[in-house]
Amino acid sequence: MTVAKDKISIEGLTGDAAIAHALKQCDLDVLAAYPITPQTIIVEDFQKFAADGEVQTAVIPVESEHSAMSACVGASATGARVATASASAGLALMWEILYCAASMRMPIVFTVANRALSAPINIHNDHSDGMGMRDSGFVQLYCQSSQEAYDTTIMAFKIAEDHDILLPVMVGIDGFILSHNVERVEMLPTDVVTDFLGIREPVQPLHPDKPITMGPLALTDYYFEFKEQQDRAIQEVPKIYKKVEKEFEKLTGRSYGMIEEYKTDDAEIIILAMSTMGGTAKAVADVLREKGEKVGVIRLKMFRPFPVEEICKAIGDAKAVMIFEKAMSFGAVTHPLAMEIRSALYEAENRPMVLDFVVGLGGRDVPPTTFVEGYEKTKKYLEKGEAPLYETLGVRK
Amino acid sequence: MTESQIHFARQFLREEALPSPFCPGCGNGIVTNSFLKAVNDLGHSDLRKFAFVSGIGCGAWIPSPHFKADTLHTTHGRAVAFATGLKAANPELEVVVISGDGDLAAIGGNHLIHAARRNMDLTVICANNWIYGMTGGQVGPTTFTGDRTTTSPYGNPERPFDLARLVAASGANFVARWTTAHPIPAARAIRTALERRGFSFIEMLSQCPTAYGRRTKSGDAVDMIKWMKSLPVRKKDEPLGHRVPTKDLLDLGVFADRDEPSFLQSMEKMKEQI
Ligand code: SF4
Repeated sequence: MTVAKDKISIEGLTGDAAIAHALKQCDLDVLAAYPITPQTIIVEDFQKFAADGEVQTAVIPVESEHSAMSACVGASATGARVATASASAGLALMWEILYCAASMRMPIVFTVANRALSAPINIHNDHSDGMGMRDSGFVQLYCQSSQEAYDTTIMAFKIAEDHDILLPVMVGIDGFILSHNVERVEMLPTDVVTDFLGIREPVQPLHPDKPITMGPLALTDYYFEFKEQQDRAIQEVPKIYKKVEKEFEKLTGRSYGMIEEYKTDDAEIIILAMSTMGGTAKAVADVLREKGEKVGVIRLKMFRPFPVEEICKAIGDAKAVMIFEKAMSFGAVTHPLAMEIRSALYEAENRPMVLDFVVGLGGRDVPPTTFVEGYEKTKKYLEKGEAPLYETLGVRK
Repeated sequence: MTESQIHFARQFLREEALPSPFCPGCGNGIVTNSFLKAVNDLGHSDLRKFAFVSGIGCGAWIPSPHFKADTLHTTHGRAVAFATGLKAANPELEVVVISGDGDLAAIGGNHLIHAARRNMDLTVICANNWIYGMTGGQVGPTTFTGDRTTTSPYGNPERPFDLARLVAASGANFVARWTTAHPIPAARAIRTALERRGFSFIEMLSQCPTAYGRRTKSGDAVDMIKWMKSLPVRKKDEPLGHRVPTKDLLDLGVFADRDEPSFLQSMEKMKEQI
């Protein structure tokens, strides 16, 4: 049964504030972070909750993001529930520890206000930071709204701490576009969140009664087995994700799926994008549909693990998939998202034309006209029967 | 305008980059002025002999893009490491790092003490405003105990670094601490720092009315300058001792003044022996 309406509190919250409110309700033991735009508000708000006695969390304002993720691993090793937040260069500085967090199987929740990487310095949104940690072993969930950021942050702990998973989870929101944009957010009563999450039950924590050593040397003898197990764990995520979402849906009536499909059933051309671009894409699809064009949208929420089956099914027998992505993999065949899609479709019966449009780097606006431009190009490419591997849109050339 | 009416600093500044992005009342303008006065006093008419490196934060915007000079604007915390490479590759250049306390002493603290230990031939100027200004006023490693900031709303439980003592103890050849209320002694110290071989460090206490002033209720720029003006000046040769900085116990003056072999000199000496 969903939680009664009068128990739900509704507030206008930015993406950052929505995450801070979610974290407040998740009964964190430790939060360690370093300030970086546009994530800062998450920790500032959380510190206010701590100051007001609303949470019992040890908040450590450490001296760098490298230290933040390290402190999280240390805390998580004792069985604590742990979170941190960062973006861009801060995330990049954590890189070494990201791999440790995942390989040591620490269920840390890492909220990220996705932002471009230096140089030159840029504080605005793209997905270079998230794509940079693509292979670290973190589960990656990208959100489209403040509500989704709130919901996903709560669910993230349950997924991360599941004994079949035990992996860290990144929850991404678009820097400024969502992190600083106020939207209506429905919040659960804290006791409902507490019941939903329960208390973390660590499998193998550091404990003086039963001393163990974590993370020592494993060379040619056992290193590979660690990775094998880690791989098996991340492949379990879709199953657990669905289970957790179903439970969450019972409370709230809301669920998002690993991908969101919009008018894809009879679509001939499908727009595929992540995060807030999903909203723009859906508006564009509506307008094009009015003109009789058969357009649909897939908004990818889960980038790691990559939901191959769901994507292939949603694409169905469409003629083309246009990918709009906000990151570059310099020198690669295509850019990160398109590479995944191309690989996923390789075994598919119907292999549509795949177009890769790189857009919005460093916060460059991605208005509906950019999608239409891509759409017009795609139609021409379909007619011609060939297309470039990738293109950049909305940039001076 | 006659030439004498044009402020001496303008010859070193990129006019097109002005006005600076600093908030009204920010101390960074005075830090800029003191530095350029030292350069002017040394007889330079341009910055051709210099290269500047900065990291991330308000203080990092002092040289970049405002100085008409080669500037390397880098990542948060790493300015000293970038500068070390720059100096090693082109020892002819006077390599200067200008950045803030968050950049140099928090996330980049390790580089700072190691460059001092190495006695690397650099001049580092740290605009210390006791807070992360650019991100909106979070607690940092120079924030005074008890200060209320956005991430220490109940008061900072930690102790701040004494940067001048830290760098002096780490092995720098020249260390001084002045404030934006002491622009002339500061310029004099910067001049000595630029002339001295090895590692020199100038800590410039600098008011940040927007983040520090507002968050910690320390008043406006004028209030903070008045407070800094009242800080005690060390006597020459007074033992350094150990103390945790507080708002009244923050002594100014020179903390290290020696002429030990610099990194480049030690390298030369080693090469001769090979
Ligand atoms: S935030 Fe503070 S340090 Fe930064 S420019 Fe404004 S007054 Fe200066």
